[in-house]
Amino acid sequence: MSLVIGAFSTLCVLAGVFFFVAGTAGLIRFPDTLSRVHALTKADNLGLGLIVLGLLPLAPSLGAALKLVLIWALVLIGGATAAQLIGAAAARDER
Amino acid sequence: MNAGLLLDLLLALAVLGTAAWTLLARTAFAAVIGFVATGLLLTLVWVRLGAVDVALTEAAIGAGATGVIILYVVARLRGGEAEISAATPNPVQRILAALLALAVGGLLAWGVLNLPDPAPSLAEAALAGTAPLGLGNPVSAVLMAHRGLDTLLEAIVLVFAVLAVWSMAADHRWGGAPGPVFPRADHGPLSLLARILPPVGIVIGIYIAWVGTDAPGGKFQGGTILAAMWVLPWIAGLARPPSVTDWRLRLMIAIGPLTFLGVGLAGFLIADGFLAYPAGFAKPLILLIEAAMTLSVAAALACLIAGPPERRRRA
Amino acid sequence: MTEILLAAAVLVLLTVLAGLWRVLRGPRRADRLMAAQLLCTGGIAALLLVAGASGSAAILDVALLLALLGAFTSVAFVMAARLIGR
Repeated sequence: MSLVIGAFSTLCVLAGVFFFVAGTAGLIRFPDTLSRVHALTKADNLGLGLIVLGLLPLAPSLGAALKLVLIWALVLIGGATAAQLIGAAAARDER
Repeated sequence: MNAGLLLDLLLALAVLGTAAWTLLARTAFAAVIGFVATGLLLTLVWVRLGAVDVALTEAAIGAGATGVIILYVVARLRGGEAEISAATPNPVQRILAALLALAVGGLLAWGVLNLPDPAPSLAEAALAGTAPLGLGNPVSAVLMAHRGLDTLLEAIVLVFAVLAVWSMAADHRWGGAPGPVFPRADHGPLSLLARILPPVGIVIGIYIAWVGTDAPGGKFQGGTILAAMWVLPWIAGLARPPSVTDWRLRLMIAIGPLTFLGVGLAGFLIADGFLAYPAGFAKPLILLIEAAMTLSVAAALACLIAGPPERRRRA
Repeated sequence: MTEILLAAAVLVLLTVLAGLWRVLRGPRRADRLMAAQLLCTGGIAALLLVAGASGSAAILDVALLLALLGAFTSVAFVMAARLIGR
């Protein structure tokens, strides 16, 4: 059983790392601001989300697990808002 | 090489890199971003060193609050090039300051590298003094009991900082509301965030302040979160700062240091002297101070971010 | 498991620092804001991985505080950039 959990956690964490790499590559390589915002939100949503998913079975208590989910939710809300505001500002500059 | 060592090396190099970049940045805005990035990486360094209390403080005050305070200073200074260049030290002064900083840093590094093994430590003594207070977090015990005077002075410094910022106001604006006016955002992402984040944030802020007696946390970290949860609706134009002459605001800023001072003076009557706690009542008294201080830290930091009064008094 | 989690933390940090390089060149404020945002998310991810590796619950509180203040700070920065840009 613990082997299955270990494999699941490793897989999720590695997938999360992959999305961080993808998001950063997009941030560095994409040509315009709006595409770069798009790449950034992948790291926020999926990268951290998958890492949280992978860490959930390892959490020592229910409280700790809920805290992990709350952290992800806060990053989602904050990231989405900041991305919207940055995108709106960039669109205004380009007009 | 194991992964932990690799992580520590990477963090050390990254902190030095972002710090150097902050110093060399061409625009003030870029420098503030570098400063916040350095603070964030320092938070990770403190966690790796096992100093979670310091990490929390660095994250809250070093990266979060100070970054936003400096940034709004930058925003306020726009257009004042003559004043900025007049206040900027000349190259000789800057080189002297850099040499002094290098010398102090080098001496500290030399001192740390030459510590005997095991290094001298007061941890045992501090832990021994923690148990009678009923606190689970030895850091809080040191801050509130063994070195209470230092913490009291820190609390008072915050009040003076607010006074210093307010004293920058022009005479005809005294009595007005502090800070720039933000357009009211009734729709859109900012207004949504400013409405849904504060309820969650206030609970987390109180939690971090409350947990400080038994685990890493405390008044400064919790107070910073509470301040941020007021600044957010203000930025969204949904909340108005109170006038600097409002007695409720002034009471909120002063209540923490006053409570601390009051409990300290009561120590003469009910315990062994100034800032001493009577046996068995240490924890409730410390919690009382912490609660009042959390409120004051929140109010003071919010006032520091908002800045001096910028609007005329409403008739 | 501990080693895997710490190695993942190293990878996330390396990636995010590469993104920070964007700040060095970033011609516009929006790029700098995005890189700072990425560093915050990456820092939180690294903290969670370190917390998972060490089993320390207090580190989760640091990540919680960073998540909350990160959301606040990014918005405060965008609004300040707007003030400066005017």
